[in-house]
Amino acid sequence: MDYVLSFITFLPAVAALVLTLFLRGDDEVAQLNAKRLALFATVITFLVSLFVIAQFDPSNTGFQMVEQADWIMGLQYKMGVDGISVLFVMLTTFLMPLVIWSTWDMKVRVKEYMIAFLLLETLMLGVFCALDLMLFYVFFEAGLIPMFLIIGIWGGANRIYASFKFFLYTFFGSVLMLVAMIAMYMDAGTTDIVALMAHDFSTETFSLLGIQVVGGLQMLAFLAFFASFAVKMPMWPVHTWLPDAHVQAPTAGSVVLAAILLKMGGYGFLRFSIPMFPVASHMMADIILWMSAIAIVYTSLVALVQSDMKKLIAYSSIAHMGYVTAGIFSLNQQGVDGAIFQMISHGFISGALFLSVGVIYDRMHTREIDAYGGLVNRMPAYALVFMFFTMANVGLPGTSGFVGEFLTLMGMFQANTWVAMIATTGVIFSAAYALWLYRRVVLGELIKESLKTIQDLTPREKWIIAPLVAMTLILGIYPALVTDLIGPSVEALLNNYNAALPTETVAAAVTH
Amino acid sequence: MTSADFSIVLPEFLLAVYALAALLFAVYTGKDKTAGLITWLTAGAFVVVAAIIASRVAGAQTAFNGMFVDDAFARFAKIGILLAGATVLVMSQDYMKKLDLLKFEFPIIVALSTIGMMVMVSAGDLMALYMGLELMSLALYVLASFRRDSVRSSEAGLKYFVLGSLSSGLLLYGASLTYGFAGTTNFAGILAVVKDGAPLGVLFGLVFMITGMAFKVSAVPFHMWTPDVYEGAPTPVTAFFATAPKLAAMALFARVLHDAFGGISSDWSQVVALIAVASMFLGALAGIGQTNIKRLMAYSSISHMGFALIGVASGTVGGVQAALIYMAIYIVMNIGTFAFIMTMQRDGQPVTKIKALNGYWKVSPPKALAVLFLMFSMAGVPPMVGFFGKLAVLQAAVAADMTWLATAGVVASVIGAFYYLRVVYYIFFGSDVEPLDKTKGGVANFVVLIAGVVMLVGIVNLFGIDTYAMTAAEALVR
Repeated sequence: MDYVLSFITFLPAVAALVLTLFLRGDDEVAQLNAKRLALFATVITFLVSLFVIAQFDPSNTGFQMVEQADWIMGLQYKMGVDGISVLFVMLTTFLMPLVIWSTWDMKVRVKEYMIAFLLLETLMLGVFCALDLMLFYVFFEAGLIPMFLIIGIWGGANRIYASFKFFLYTFFGSVLMLVAMIAMYMDAGTTDIVALMAHDFSTETFSLLGIQVVGGLQMLAFLAFFASFAVKMPMWPVHTWLPDAHVQAPTAGSVVLAAILLKMGGYGFLRFSIPMFPVASHMMADIILWMSAIAIVYTSLVALVQSDMKKLIAYSSIAHMGYVTAGIFSLNQQGVDGAIFQMISHGFISGALFLSVGVIYDRMHTREIDAYGGLVNRMPAYALVFMFFTMANVGLPGTSGFVGEFLTLMGMFQANTWVAMIATTGVIFSAAYALWLYRRVVLGELIKESLKTIQDLTPREKWIIAPLVAMTLILGIYPALVTDLIGPSVEALLNNYNAALPTETVAAAVTH
Repeated sequence: MTSADFSIVLPEFLLAVYALAALLFAVYTGKDKTAGLITWLTAGAFVVVAAIIASRVAGAQTAFNGMFVDDAFARFAKIGILLAGATVLVMSQDYMKKLDLLKFEFPIIVALSTIGMMVMVSAGDLMALYMGLELMSLALYVLASFRRDSVRSSEAGLKYFVLGSLSSGLLLYGASLTYGFAGTTNFAGILAVVKDGAPLGVLFGLVFMITGMAFKVSAVPFHMWTPDVYEGAPTPVTAFFATAPKLAAMALFARVLHDAFGGISSDWSQVVALIAVASMFLGALAGIGQTNIKRLMAYSSISHMGFALIGVASGTVGGVQAALIYMAIYIVMNIGTFAFIMTMQRDGQPVTKIKALNGYWKVSPPKALAVLFLMFSMAGVPPMVGFFGKLAVLQAAVAADMTWLATAGVVASVIGAFYYLRVVYYIFFGSDVEPLDKTKGGVANFVVLIAGVVMLVGIVNLFGIDTYAMTAAEALVR
């Protein structure tokens, strides 16, 4: 069990390799075999990852299950998890079997589809486990390739545009981070994340092309990382790739994108920005809080006028990510706890929402809201599930959505009351767009001719959604499941952050 | 010529003897009927000579009063040149046969130009430099117009010849200025003269020589010949142009700057950095509109040369090491991609339109996958090895306090990523209009697959290239 992290990370890739090399043909049988193998591999990955959570000791704030080996060019292969990353690992391994299962009706280039998702799982797990700067970057960037192919090959009508936009946008964000990583390597002499967290990067102001850079190296590196993570989150105003990517991606691609890939941005802030650049984080926190507040209100309003269901949910995702960034940069226990909680919870809820849209898209082949109406008459089970997740998305108490929003708002309130006030209006807007969507799609009379023969959820679809319902409820009713796991690590993170600030700024922050 | 000198130049000597012997053999026996045999023999000779060079572990040795240097740096470059040449020869046969171009002169001219390259990277003197450079270039001019019944090929040869002579002239002018002011043509002698600041005349000479060498690596603003020559020359010749001579010229670049002008790196590093930035951006921007895959590859290689020059510009051991790693990876990527271009055929005729790749994944999934790896590698996306080449040069730039150069580099790489993605887009996203032929067997197909696998497997340890490059760089930068 020493190599359990590497095992779960690379098991899906091995399955993908097996599919590439040994599966021939594209007939029914081969397709079914591909799906079965992919499902099998992801289920095994999930089961093994249960060992990770079982072995994990929440009271230990350091990294656990660490593996280390030398690699090329002075870099190293180092994996490990702490309280911040372990839940993302679990989220990924939990969702992937459901994602694979949800594609069971897939007919086009199935083998390649499965390979892409298996590779994607490997890369996502790698991102959350990597403890070396360059190793992290390799996993982080490599994830673009399968996602680019998933959108480009299996996407909707405008998939080419969306895939290029997705790739180039996120690629541009990350390469600046690469330069910052190299600069950090040169400064600290190591790419080990643990060592870098303990390294003090200079905050001395220097002049760059005649501009005084306040905060020095920390500030520049912070901004470079920010460029990458803000695009990935995505934060307003660099969010425009997401609606396009979501609308054009196939259902399973959307689910992975919303539920897991977006979380890499938030994870990055917690893993790199705050512990490594505490002073710069402190200086930028207010700006980011305001950007988040704008994002929440603005994207909620944009969501209100969408005519495409996936686009609406995509904008809703951006708004919810606004709570995450605001929570993180509140830089207090409630805010950061809430941000992590919100990310996990959003993983289940947005995944389920995209699956729900996928259910009716598979039947009607349109995402236009106008094409639907009165589904409750023929699809009562679907109406119930969709209702549940609509409410969870709005943040109804009792669902996990509420806990995340409440905690982040509480954190925000302590950091900046005005931002909290503005962000709270987002809750109302989210109720408006979500309920209105529900009303237009599900309620009312069933008058559209084409909908009169629509079928309710199949047993397979029910089984896929059931675990998501369960998780949303469990976390909503008993949030300590998450907060107990992450609490000590978050506390350590914030203690280190406060200790790294110059004393006068801490004093100012306390009196403020 | 003492026997000690002789043993040092043995590899070049053997190859020269082989080339002449093969020429006589072919002329007096079956002429073009022996072409296939001679191609294999030449490739074999390359591998044997590479093995001889690899077996030498002794440090630096000089021959002919410092005219010729045999050190770890030269050995690294020579082995790369020879192996690239051998692979290109072997994989080109089927294509040449199809176009009725399989003539015995082809491998022999390649061998002669290779000797020139080996002399270049071993040059310890301006005279040896020029001899090697001209031997290489004259052979390449002939190769460019190898398909003499084609207007484009002749045009390519002529254009290359005229512009190439101009650049040789500039280089010679620079060399003579340097000689005039430094009083010696020997690199070590020049290094001693410029130790405490270079005279203005030497600086002038240096700039002219940089111009000449920038032409050979096709760096902006001396890149004009590249797209036309790449497009006009037969694809195997283009494949050769894009690989071995580029490595040789880049090695020469580093050799001259460090061996002869190492003491005044502050004088040339800005110049080289500017050339690097211009190359990266022009290569990235001008490639966007291309419809012909060979022209695209021309701009791609201009851009890649810019990246390798970042390593040279940083003027450190790490920089030279990075440039060598970059060039080694670049050569593998280009050999793979050109092997693929050679297999692009419709009804038995070669096709070079990028659009023709539409829906290619259906024709040959393994090759399509290999090209996918190659394209992402060229774009510098991890986990492909191309990323580690970029990482190495960026690291060198940041370590040399040229973070602005690294930043410019990554921005250019994002722009350049667009056209690599476009190739992927045609291959995988397109619906087939008129699919290309499915070519079975053949060395070229094999090379594409191997190169594709290398792109991914290299992540494990880069095949140890980084340590060899380190030894080579340490031998050069003192």
